[in-house]
Amino acid sequence: MGTTSPEALQICEYCDTVYRRRTLARGEVAYCVCCQAVLERHHGFSVNAMLALVLTALIVFVQANVWPIVTLGLNGQYSSATLWGAIIQMWQQQAQVVSVLAAATLFFFPLLKMLSLGWLLWFSRKGRRAPGFVRIMVMLHYIGPWTMSEVFVLGALVAIVKAHVYFDVVANPGIYAYAVLTLLITIFASIDLRKLWDLTPETSA
Amino acid sequence: MSALPRASELGLIGCHVCGLVCNGVADDGDSGNSMACPRCGCALHRRKPTSYARTWALLIAAFIMYIPANLVPIMRTASLNDIDDNTILSGVVELWVKGSPDLAVIVFTASIVVPMLKFLVMGTLLVSSQRRSGWAQPQRAKLFRLVELIGYWSMLDVFVVALLTALVRFNLLSLVAPLPGVIFFGLTVVLTMLASMSFDPRLIWDGRDTND
Repeated sequence: MGTTSPEALQICEYCDTVYRRRTLARGEVAYCVCCQAVLERHHGFSVNAMLALVLTALIVFVQANVWPIVTLGLNGQYSSATLWGAIIQMWQQQAQVVSVLAAATLFFFPLLKMLSLGWLLWFSRKGRRAPGFVRIMVMLHYIGPWTMSEVFVLGALVAIVKAHVYFDVVANPGIYAYAVLTLLITIFASIDLRKLWDLTPETSA
Repeated sequence: MSALPRASELGLIGCHVCGLVCNGVADDGDSGNSMACPRCGCALHRRKPTSYARTWALLIAAFIMYIPANLVPIMRTASLNDIDDNTILSGVVELWVKGSPDLAVIVFTASIVVPMLKFLVMGTLLVSSQRRSGWAQPQRAKLFRLVELIGYWSMLDVFVVALLTALVRFNLLSLVAPLPGVIFFGLTVVLTMLASMSFDPRLIWDGRDTND
């Protein structure tokens, strides 16, 4: 094993077992023999396809945030809410911790993730590393677990059902935009962003 | 089956940020001064430093927060003639009775089962790994990945309260307001997530060698 280059090897991050990396065919998934964790997953997305996905997600994200999510009606009065409406309300009603949590996990981190991914992918289309590539990749690794838009969609559903008992409920376009966003996030979840390290050559620009 | 090579035995370190396989001869485990990954510049560790202490601390902190999170009401519904304070559990019961039982099951899972499961699983993992137990290693590894995967869904109830607060604003007729319980619950979720992140799953396999 002494002469193998580091790129030809792969270490299971869950149990430290060392493997020789093998090129995966379409649809193949490599599992660790020792702990059954996913080592690597083949995905058929080209850089262009990934960029298209990110841009789509960005457009849908804007819509999800601009349009109201739900409208409630009670005796001819109407009240509707957006994500930012909820964040501001929580701040004003002595739940600043929740307000900051929601703003970070539902707005700032997802936005940051999409913008920085778009930035990285835009440059890798030309086979180059974007300025700040290393720093952005490290940041993406750390904010990864802290984006929760899909949880919010389920939360909106629960809120609608709860409100339905007392109010007239009208679902607004925002909730559909969120549903589409969840779908896009699910597609993205199958892509290992670490692939971007191998995608572009390591030349300090 | 012949033993699979482990990185620590071969003097290799997998960077936990970018996954690069690095030569890690110089690193001697828990010492503070470690090398940096040549690719991403992050510090390389054979195992995450002080993983046990950090995970225990965060888990205990999360558990302390979890008690008021369940006892203190998370949401107030006020209408003309009554005020109704709901805790997490009473919210689930109300949803079961008045709304939809299927959704009540989802909320019950996200708000009660998942946090409890996290405490149990992380506690078990910590104790068994610290005792360098070789017991049920594949199953324990799977449990860890499960906790990592489902942990953040517990935020569900927090978002429900936030959205209802923003929605139900009919001045005198009907108002929803957040109560301190929701803050404790949000903190519980964040702390349990931090706890599972600071636990190094490779520690599960550092026990006695099992020859299977």
